Amino acid sequence: MPILSKDDAQTILKKVLSFSTADECEVSLNGQIGGNVRSARNTISTAGATDNVSLAVESRFGKRSGVATCNEFDEATLRRCVQRAEEIAKLAPESPEYMPLLGAQQYQDNSKAFAAATAAIDPDFRARQMGASTALCDQKKVSSAGFLVDSAGFLAKRNSKGLEAYQQFTNLEFSVTVRTPDGTGSGYAAADYTDASKFDAARLTRVAAEKASSSMKARAIEPGKYTVILEPNALVSNVDTSLMAALMGSFDARNADEGRSFLSKKGGGNRKGEKLFDERVTIYSDPTNAEIPSLMFSGDGRPQKRVTWIEKGVVKNLYSSRYWAQKAAIPDLPRPGGWIMEGGTQSTADLIKGTAKGILVTRLWYIRPVDPQTLLYTGLTRDGTYYIENGQIKFPVKNFRFNESPIIMLNNLEAIGKPVRLGGNLVPPLKIRDFTFTSLSDAV
Amino acid sequence: MKRRDFVGLSGLAAGALFVPSIPAFAGNLIDPARLLEPGVDTAMKKRLADAGLNAAKSAGATYADVRIGRSLNQNVFTREKQVQGISSTESYGVGVRVIANGTWGFASTNSVTEAGIAKAAQLAVQIAKANAKVQKEQVKLAPVKGHGEVAWKTPIQQNGFEVPIKDKVDLLLSVNAKALDMGASFVNSTIQQVNEQKYFASTDGSYIDQDIHRIYPSFGVTAIDRASGKFRTRQALSAPVGMGYEYLTPKAADKIAGPAGSDVIGYRNSYDMLEDVAIATKQVKQKLTAKSVTPGKYDLVLDPHHLGLTIHESVGHPLELDRVLGYEANYAGTSFATLEWRAKNLPYGSKLVNIVADKLQPGSLGAVGYDDEGVKTKQWDLIKEGTLVDYQKTRDQAHMVGQNESDGCSYSQSWQDVQFQRMPNVSLQPGKSKLSVDELVRNVDKGIYIAGNGSFSIDQQRYNFQFGGQVFYAIEKGKITEMLEDVAYQANTQDFWNSCSAICDQSDYRLFGAFNDGKGQPSQSSAVSHGSATTRFNGVNVINTARKIG
Repeated sequence: MPILSKDDAQTILKKVLSFSTADECEVSLNGQIGGNVRSARNTISTAGATDNVSLAVESRFGKRSGVATCNEFDEATLRRCVQRAEEIAKLAPESPEYMPLLGAQQYQDNSKAFAAATAAIDPDFRARQMGASTALCDQKKVSSAGFLVDSAGFLAKRNSKGLEAYQQFTNLEFSVTVRTPDGTGSGYAAADYTDASKFDAARLTRVAAEKASSSMKARAIEPGKYTVILEPNALVSNVDTSLMAALMGSFDARNADEGRSFLSKKGGGNRKGEKLFDERVTIYSDPTNAEIPSLMFSGDGRPQKRVTWIEKGVVKNLYSSRYWAQKAAIPDLPRPGGWIMEGGTQSTADLIKGTAKGILVTRLWYIRPVDPQTLLYTGLTRDGTYYIENGQIKFPVKNFRFNESPIIMLNNLEAIGKPVRLGGNLVPPLKIRDFTFTSLSDAV
Repeated sequence: MKRRDFVGLSGLAAGALFVPSIPAFAGNLIDPARLLEPGVDTAMKKRLADAGLNAAKSAGATYADVRIGRSLNQNVFTREKQVQGISSTESYGVGVRVIANGTWGFASTNSVTEAGIAKAAQLAVQIAKANAKVQKEQVKLAPVKGHGEVAWKTPIQQNGFEVPIKDKVDLLLSVNAKALDMGASFVNSTIQQVNEQKYFASTDGSYIDQDIHRIYPSFGVTAIDRASGKFRTRQALSAPVGMGYEYLTPKAADKIAGPAGSDVIGYRNSYDMLEDVAIATKQVKQKLTAKSVTPGKYDLVLDPHHLGLTIHESVGHPLELDRVLGYEANYAGTSFATLEWRAKNLPYGSKLVNIVADKLQPGSLGAVGYDDEGVKTKQWDLIKEGTLVDYQKTRDQAHMVGQNESDGCSYSQSWQDVQFQRMPNVSLQPGKSKLSVDELVRNVDKGIYIAGNGSFSIDQQRYNFQFGGQVFYAIEKGKITEMLEDVAYQANTQDFWNSCSAICDQSDYRLFGAFNDGKGQPSQSSAVSHGSATTRFNGVNVINTARKIG
């Protein structure tokens, strides 16, 4: 089934709602088409395609709720899906955190989240882009492994209280790891786009190839506390957890109020309003941002709006469920789709020029929580780690394991560069003092 | 790596939640009663599979396999006194994999009809032929003799889907009540169940029907000291297992005590959830005031529920042949244990270290009769007396290391995804001489006993790792003295395994499990077990993880 228009989607949803006998009913339709191609050893290894539309029906009787899903759309199937949701609801226990469904909402227009060029991607486009990436690596006599995945989709909702929502979106992600034949150098590049016409696999592969050759034969230097320049790939990841994801994933009001978050206050309550970071740290979300347009509504239908989470180092807002917002009498803010960290105009190269002694980190990897109390995380550098002296990269260094908290990191801020899009967020390179490396790794 | 750990900073790009109001599910949400309905009979499956195989051959495939998959899942989640969610799901469809012009092609469909499968087979051939134009390495399969029509079933005693949801909810709420009564601030508990009904057919002449069950009960207990703002958690010491609901009927013989003074109880083939939550609640309160560790070198005594994850990360993953050869370089990583490294005959571990791979152990997550490309499963050595002797292979990889037999390591998480090399059970063999945990601890002068798995991180070539745990106890002059906190150890894989100095005997051996191990792009999840007995490692670097924030 192709991507449904707003009218076609709402026609199906209206029909499904008409079958409901429940006290409340909400129906959602989610469709996606897309594909992927994977390479390794400079050749395509696997490729796949997806095309699916699914319907979710949530029926409620009093405080009991049931959900059923289906991916066929004949009338009999739709009726069965509604019946099933109602049967499940009747058997479900009452939810003490029940909240009535939302009524009609006002959503901003966000047609920028959809790009026709991305929706039009075909297997030839993927093969051509991946072919350009592997050909470049053949030419440079290095070995690459890459992954390209794209999707175009729509999301539509409607409920018995009058809520109606619809949005289309597109996305393309590409990443490539390039290794030198002697196994002593490795480089990485990754990017994501709403509009595929901005994508150039060869350009990104060139960056990874340059990192690979420049990181060859790294020297070991002692682990310890160093001034670091963290490139965006060291702060955010498309494929793994990351320090910035760890930080912004902790802005949940309930966890803070319950006493199990770094945002919990001694004796009770949370730390909203406190200055916890360097005053240059401002992080907000804005679903209409032209660079990272995202969904205008959350999973439960709440409108996504521009919200400031950290302003000049002060915690300004926390997100929560609707239930907790009501219980705690706080602003009802859903978790946003993407984050924007305000920055300056300096590039990574500019940050290097202004550094007397330090380490340039291309990427951090296998990042895992160590202590949720302080948001201490561990992980490793990889794909290009370099020693900087007197404003210049002097030589590549062996990879380190770090143990560091993003809270401490954003207090030890030296400089902020120009934000770039990564993982659906806008993230600047950061220069941080006293970043803690605890051991060396032989990995390349 | 657990790919879905990363939900924190996800915009649209990183896969935002597309189905509103409800979590992402592995299939369509269904009435629980449907979990007990039989799927299509094998005669029909054979007819459907033959339609796919014939269509693939007609379109030019030199090899084809068809996997008809019905995946059933049920999850029950609770917190404190309430049920957070109950979901029952079914996913049903067919994946067709082919070789045409020496290249793999794959397509899947949820249209489980002869016509639907034939169409998917034709698409798979079309994709293979398109990719063949840019392919540089021809696929070469290790031979497999067709098995004819065979079947295999996880030897369960009670299908968990037959147990009423109310009984599961009652168990979990009683677990929560026990924790709250004993002073826990918060508690979450879950039971997750999986039934994979898989039918595999190939042009080699195999028609394999398998019925695979897994179950994973778990909880997390949190204690908070409001005055100081300190909080700690203790997770369950259960293991996900390849068993039925009988795992939740505790048997005294399956309980294995940790060293005297540790308060730890480990579980083998059955799990006492109520007992574990009581111990956990006591321990989590102790954790709030436990002494912060002094960093330095310690002899570590690691219980199997902890060591399983270390085995998984530092032995299981580096010996996956696809990583070794570079196929996972962009995501899961590569490996230090290359063919060149192996040729040097360097010691992976001490002479005590014998590590076997298998897909046979009863109760393990990896146990199946046949893998997802029709290879009969087996056990084989990976590390023998400290020396690396073999890797984990699929049919298309065997020739790359000069062998002509697959190890049966092919797996796909569903009919929708292409099968590829996944980790089998990888287990440290117990010591041959009689040795109890207390006897082992008695010889440790300055050490730490660690139970349960916690924080874990390892580099992309599997050299440098760091692990935490659930509970830590100081060992001084052969005795457990007190609980410790803020413990993590860092080591290099080879240094660590070469420091292995004692392994308890078979009576202490049990399985740890990884329920959702991620690998591949797009990422796929698999489940795998790791057996071991309590083991000692000498002189390992321990760091203190406590920090101060403003």
